[in-house]
Order: sequence, then structure tokens, then C-alpha cells
Amino acid sequence: MTSAHLDYLLRLADNPLILGQRLSEWCGHGPVLEEDLALANTALDLIGQARLLLTHVATLESKGRNEDQLAFLRSEREFRNWTLVELPNGDFGRTVMRNFLFSACQLHLWQALQGGPDAQLAAIAAKSLKETRYHLRHAADWVVRLGDGTGESHARMQAALDELWPYTAELFSADPVEQAAVATGLGVASASLRAPWEATVRPLLEEATLAIPAPTPFLSRGKLGVHSEHMGHLLAEMQIMQRSHPGAQW
Amino acid sequence: MDKQEWPLWEVFIRSRNGLDHKHCGSLHAPDPRMALQNARDIYTRRLEGVSIWVIRADQIHASDPDAKPEMFDPAEDKIYRHPTFYKLPDEVDHM
Repeated sequence: MTSAHLDYLLRLADNPLILGQRLSEWCGHGPVLEEDLALANTALDLIGQARLLLTHVATLESKGRNEDQLAFLRSEREFRNWTLVELPNGDFGRTVMRNFLFSACQLHLWQALQGGPDAQLAAIAAKSLKETRYHLRHAADWVVRLGDGTGESHARMQAALDELWPYTAELFSADPVEQAAVATGLGVASASLRAPWEATVRPLLEEATLAIPAPTPFLSRGKLGVHSEHMGHLLAEMQIMQRSHPGAQW
Repeated sequence: MDKQEWPLWEVFIRSRNGLDHKHCGSLHAPDPRMALQNARDIYTRRLEGVSIWVIRADQIHASDPDAKPEMFDPAEDKIYRHPTFYKLPDEVDHM
């Protein structure tokens, strides 16, 4: 087991973990009861995916760590999630816009991974794929409704897209960790997901009457462990229980 | 912002194939598609069902509770409407 292999799996685990944490912040604050539950369900799905993947990592690395220690006792630099998922929720529109951009990418990623050589990872991918299809459907519905809604909702969705779009470049950028994982057949070249992802999101954004921002050279680097200023605050809240009461259990 | 409330929908869930859809609750949603999604998120989180129906609550016509005496009481003393006066042959195990 190479460290690049583990690093690659940690990326897969940390994206749903951190977005699940972000979405949990909506619990009790949703615009209506029904959406409150829908976001909480999505958060639970994502945390469930992260648990499976972190357990897989813990088994492979055999350092005596478990999923909890990986989630709650790593420091900011050791997290491998995309910067996109750690950004604050913003309003409901921005939250569903992120879910939309994220789920559309996850959809193609899980599809590619479910046929891979790591049987455990393939099984996790197959399970996550079903959940992701629903997340995408839910988020896409709202993106279209709000984008093609009132003047106010359209303006907010366009602002959300303008803000989040540059962070999607990271989802498709190559680096040595990924190249190593692709070389062994374990990983998927994320650049190859860009075209199917765009084929998923572009028609829906058009239906939502939203304009896709022009490309910029900006490239976030969360998956390399270089996070935004929001990550430390997110981790403080996520990790405080385990750090104040190490080993505590429900 | 428009203060108009989303309409109310009644939710019916079929727990297994072959069984009837049963009423299980209600929710608010702007249209049928969203009502189905909300029903999925609210009422099928614990594997409760394999099929969902949603129906606009204002499309349901209900009997008047005040009309209960004339609607239902007349059936009270007509026990001969129950199929309990037949002697079943032994070969018929379950009826």
C-alpha cells in the first residue's frame, strides 16, 4: 500500500465528510421543514459514504487508527477535500448550487470507480452512486426553479454560480497523487470527468437561465492540503468533541 | 417575497408490492414533483415503502363529520351483511 494510494482514498473520503459537515449546519434552519429534512438526509448520506471510505483507509494503512480518529484527529493540512466543499453554505440557493455542481461530478466519479480493481472501493462507489443520483436530482430541481424563478432568486443563483464556478477547476486538475492512482488502475483521471460533468451541468444551467462564468486561471488546492480560511473553523466545530473528550463514545 | 403558502399534499405509501397504498401523513410542496421528493425524504427514510402517491389535499372530498348519524349508523343493525352466516367447508382453510 503506497502513501499515494492512501492519499487518493482520503480525497474520496474527505469530500463527502466535509460537505456532510457543512450541510448538517442546515439542520433546524431550513427554509421549510421539508427542505430541512432533505438537506439533513443528504448530509447523512454523505457522512455515511465518508465513514465507509475512512474505515477502508484505516484498514489499508494498518496503523491502528479507525474512522473516528481519521475524521476527528487529523489536522487541517492532512485533509484532502476540494476547497469547494469547505466554503460556507451561504443562502439556500448557494447551498443547492454547490450540491448541484458537486453531485454532478460525484455521479461520474462513482460511475467510473464502481468498476475498479479495489472491490471494497467499487462496492462503496456503487452504493454512493444511488445516493448521489438523488442528491443531484434534488439539487438540480432547485437550481432550475430558483434560477428561472423570480428576479431575486435568479440574481442570487447567478451570484452563487459566479462565486462557486472557479472552485470547480480543482475537481478536474491532475497531480502526482492522482497520476499514481491512475497508473495502478485504482483511480480515475479527473480530467476525463470534465466533459461528462459539463454535459450534465450545462443543459440544466441553461434551463435555469444562468450564465456560465468565463474560465479563470484560479485553481484552489484543497486536495493538496492547502485549504481556505474557512476550513479551520469548520474543523474546530467538527472535532471539538473528540479533542476535548478523546475516545468519547455515544 | 410572495407570502403565499405552498399547498398541502396528502401522502400515501405502499410498504410492499401487493399491498395497498396507505395514508401516512401530509406535507407542503409547490408542485407534484417536489411533493414526491419531499414525501421520499420525510416518509421513506426508514425503508417504509416501494411506491408513493401524493394528492393535493384540496382535491379530496371528505364526508361531513356532522352527517355521521345518517351516513353510518343505519349499517349498525344489519349484521346479515357480514358473511358470517355461512358454514365453510373444511377444505377452505383460509378465508
